[in-house]
Amino acid sequence: MSKHTLSVLVENRPGVLTRVAGLFARRSFNIHSLAVGPTEHPDISRMTVVVDVEELPLEQVTKQLNKLVSVIKIVELEATASVQRELLLVKVRADQQTRGQVFETAQMFKARIVDVAPDSITIEVTGNPDKLDSFRQLLEPFGIREMVQSGLVGIGRGGRSITDRALRSA
Amino acid sequence: MSGHRPTPDHHRSPQPGEPMTGAQSLVRSLETQGVDVVFGIPGGAILPLYDPLMDSRSVRHILVRHEQGAGHAAEGYAQATGRVGVCIATSGPGATNLVTPIADAYMDSVPMVAITGQVASNLIGTDGFQEADISGITIPITKHNYLITDPADIPRTIAEAFHIAGTGRPGPVLVDVAKDALQAGTVFRWPERIDLPGYRPVTRPHSKQVREAARLLVQSRRPVLYVGGGVIKARASVQLRRLADLTGAPVVTTLMARGALPDSHPQHLGMPGMHGTVAAVTALQKADLLISLGARFDDRVTGKLSTFAPDAIIVHADIDPAEISKNRVADVPIVGDCREVLDELIAAVEVEFAAGRRTDLASWWAQLDAWRKTYPLGFAEPPAGELAPQRVIQRIGEITGPDGVYVSGVGQHQMWSSQFLPFEKPNNWVNSGGLGTMGFGVPAAMGAKVGRPDSVVWTIDGDGCFQMTNQELATCVINDIPIKVAVINNSSLGMVRQWQTLFYSERYSNTDLHTSVGSRIPDFVRLAEAYGAVGLRCERSEDLDATIEKAMSINDVPVVVDFVVHRDAMVWPMVPAGVSNDDIQIAKGLSPTWDRED
Repeated sequence: MSKHTLSVLVENRPGVLTRVAGLFARRSFNIHSLAVGPTEHPDISRMTVVVDVEELPLEQVTKQLNKLVSVIKIVELEATASVQRELLLVKVRADQQTRGQVFETAQMFKARIVDVAPDSITIEVTGNPDKLDSFRQLLEPFGIREMVQSGLVGIGRGGRSITDRALRSA
Repeated sequence: MSGHRPTPDHHRSPQPGEPMTGAQSLVRSLETQGVDVVFGIPGGAILPLYDPLMDSRSVRHILVRHEQGAGHAAEGYAQATGRVGVCIATSGPGATNLVTPIADAYMDSVPMVAITGQVASNLIGTDGFQEADISGITIPITKHNYLITDPADIPRTIAEAFHIAGTGRPGPVLVDVAKDALQAGTVFRWPERIDLPGYRPVTRPHSKQVREAARLLVQSRRPVLYVGGGVIKARASVQLRRLADLTGAPVVTTLMARGALPDSHPQHLGMPGMHGTVAAVTALQKADLLISLGARFDDRVTGKLSTFAPDAIIVHADIDPAEISKNRVADVPIVGDCREVLDELIAAVEVEFAAGRRTDLASWWAQLDAWRKTYPLGFAEPPAGELAPQRVIQRIGEITGPDGVYVSGVGQHQMWSSQFLPFEKPNNWVNSGGLGTMGFGVPAAMGAKVGRPDSVVWTIDGDGCFQMTNQELATCVINDIPIKVAVINNSSLGMVRQWQTLFYSERYSNTDLHTSVGSRIPDFVRLAEAYGAVGLRCERSEDLDATIEKAMSINDVPVVVDFVVHRDAMVWPMVPAGVSNDDIQIAKGLSPTWDRED
């Protein structure tokens, strides 16, 4: 199964999230992550969905999504032609002995310390999914107490905007 | 006995631009949209709508006996006329009673607008009296739906709802209206244009794709035109016929497309699929090219997908791009309205023919004719003295003729109807294909008759189906809707019984309905009479024609005929579920034997 990132422009109205999520559920499309937020247009929201499919079913996913009246446009964000980021907040065990090493690891990844407790540290890091995976793996030996990760958001490279490009769906 | 005359003008309807209530605005919107009839039942939340509705001079409201009947009536009206059907219900249970017909319309792409009342907006989400999240419930089974809490949104929403329902791939749209929106003051403003950035159906096909399809068609030695319901919805029967005549290619029409090409046309092989003709099913299996027009490769047609039409190149033309390559990869996908596709395809084929590119189909026709001749549709004679259900249906069709509008329920009787009725014209066949809803028959026939009052409308129903929605006979009697109902009474849930005969060692678990064998519960003749309809019974083949003629002679009230038929009649041919179409059976345990040099 391969992952594909779809950027979906939708009407900014109540219930749109449930329409999209429901579609994925009933067609058995696998959502790896979903993030939704406003755009530069007040009537349009943007959903970034990472789907886990093979090539052929991806076409079905986008065609079924396009059938929803609330969906205005879908673009696939290719990893090489876009900037993709996720946010990770992780609470890692750190006592007097290990605190320094945890700090160093955080620095290497340009992460920030956002909370300190006698026996743990909470770190905030953003980056593409691979970077976050590596960071998590390095922290594991110290002991991860708690972790929360946002969905992926992405934006195309270059000067043009998804909203003003001629309609070209994924 | 009709009751649709509006009351004399004590409530003068406000003019557009004048202040009015949301309810008045909703009625005005329906009128502006050109709605001539709606089917519904009032209730608490929708009550404010019913007052101005009573005064409408152009919208006729027919009061039904169950909201499910209103929904199926809207469907029958839509399938018989091509127009958008409309049904109205109150909140809570009224709305949830519409779920089945909405799901049915969704599966068969029937244009329908369902208007439901909703509790006042300040009560939404509080488990109010008769509250149901009908918008949430119907998300998966509607093309789109709306919840109106601001009466100013009413005209635009109605315009959009009808637009979405009736264009592109047709389907149901639900409009849920909060009670306070109906009661509040507003101003009626009909939108100048429809602005739906997320809904832009493509109807014009890509010429390059059509030319490629034509190129393949003229080279093909074993082509088949696989015609689905989309051809009927596109009103493209004339174009289909022209293409068939031009190319000489064989045609199969699915359950939803019966009548798209006359059954009597020499190139028509019949219906494909689970209960299709041997010639149609086998032609698809042996084809080297399938031109699929407005069809969706449904599992009832394809059988086991991995073995369907193994040698065929697929040209798939449909107005819904999501259907193309959904079940079977299309080699030449064509997104467009079937009528436009056919017009362009005919022109492109003519270009090919003019350039001398054409393939002789004589040897293909020799094979097809051999299959047609060796394996025609037919039925086993029942034991002496018993009526064959197939013959009942066949004689109804012969006596009524191809101008009749035929509606059916779901089950064995539906399959026999699709096989033995005379389908010569589009929009004369109304049935529930994709969802297969028992109980569809009577209310859908009611809706069809309202839409086509000058046609004879028969519903071929089963004794199981008939018991689900027959209360609409009351609606028919009161509102002068003289439908004819043929109850094919085998005292069973026939199709399930057939499967129990074939696959469950004749263990008839819960399929005995007690409607003709051993008892008459209910007695359909007395039931019809209780409604004010005429009830007839036919139990012997000698009485068959006379009974049908008698039913045909009564046109002021509905007629219900209880045809008591042989219980063990089977639908053949059959391709059991999940099996390859190559293993089609023509009788129990009997498949056609194919020549080695196929």
